Amino acid sequence: MKRFLLPLVIFLIMVAFLAIGLNLDPREVPSPLVGKPAPAFSLPRLDDSGEMISNKDMLGKVWLLNVWASWCGACRDEHPILVSLSKNGAVPIYGLDYKDTRFDAMQWLAEGGNPYVATAVDESGRVGIDYGVYGVPETYVIDKAGVIAYKQIGPITEEVLRDKILPLVKRLQTP
Amino acid sequence: MTKVWISSLMALCCLMLILNAWADKARPLQDDAVVEAQVQRLSEELRCLVCQNQTLADSHSDLAEDLRQEIRVMAAKGLSDQQITDYLVERYGDFVRYRPPLKSTTLLLWFGPFALLLAGCVGLLQTLRRREKSTEEMPLNVDDARKVNELLNRE
Repeated sequence: MKRFLLPLVIFLIMVAFLAIGLNLDPREVPSPLVGKPAPAFSLPRLDDSGEMISNKDMLGKVWLLNVWASWCGACRDEHPILVSLSKNGAVPIYGLDYKDTRFDAMQWLAEGGNPYVATAVDESGRVGIDYGVYGVPETYVIDKAGVIAYKQIGPITEEVLRDKILPLVKRLQTP
Repeated sequence: MTKVWISSLMALCCLMLILNAWADKARPLQDDAVVEAQVQRLSEELRCLVCQNQTLADSHSDLAEDLRQEIRVMAAKGLSDQQITDYLVERYGDFVRYRPPLKSTTLLLWFGPFALLLAGCVGLLQTLRRREKSTEEMPLNVDDARKVNELLNRE
């Protein structure tokens, strides 16, 4: 009986490791940008290409930067959540329209509602590269000093919003 | 009828001119063989984060193409391999590199297999030694020796 104990223990340890490994999402690569100042950008606004929008405009407040595109399917899933978040006014959401055409983006917002205070247009994807974007949608929580506090890769779900983003925003907003 | 011919010929000429202009526009950076070699070398060492198991060189995703172009621009500016890799690691993390760097968080990754090998060797040696001990000759006492002799000499 005793001679089976050791292989059994080794087997159980392996099972535990494999179970953890299977449940990890390989798409969620920890961003090296968390804890660092948000990369600077200055981009034209979606609703008015003559006007520029910069990350410096948001200094002094906690804000969300949501990277989206009209061609992105998962963005459709999170869109209603963003719209309802914008309505309760807990935190201002800014959009980064990533590698998209202005026409499609405008139409998207007209159809699904516009949760964004403003949307910056990143047509070439250069700003996306600076932010390490690789899977749209992505959302950054940026604090009053302009430092990235959190990065959500993939769509925001009700759970993520309730358990992670909103408590974090509240903590960052308290002076 | 000739009118149709002429207009389609003109359309074709226009198309060729456009294509030609387009081809010229894309070319200049790729002309430099040294830069191209560096882009190729780097993109084989870097991971495409969209497809994850492909290098930037293998991938046809939009992001991979953009990143190759970024690398090309940096290479043309004369940045070193190290500088370009650092630029990407700053944005996408160590995961972008196919060869993980040696640091405190990757010690297990680098040396874990050797530690397992060592543990296996130690275990094997111990088992072998124990087995050797268990088959050692046991001295016979007088009674047993007589029994053995009886059994052997029975016939």
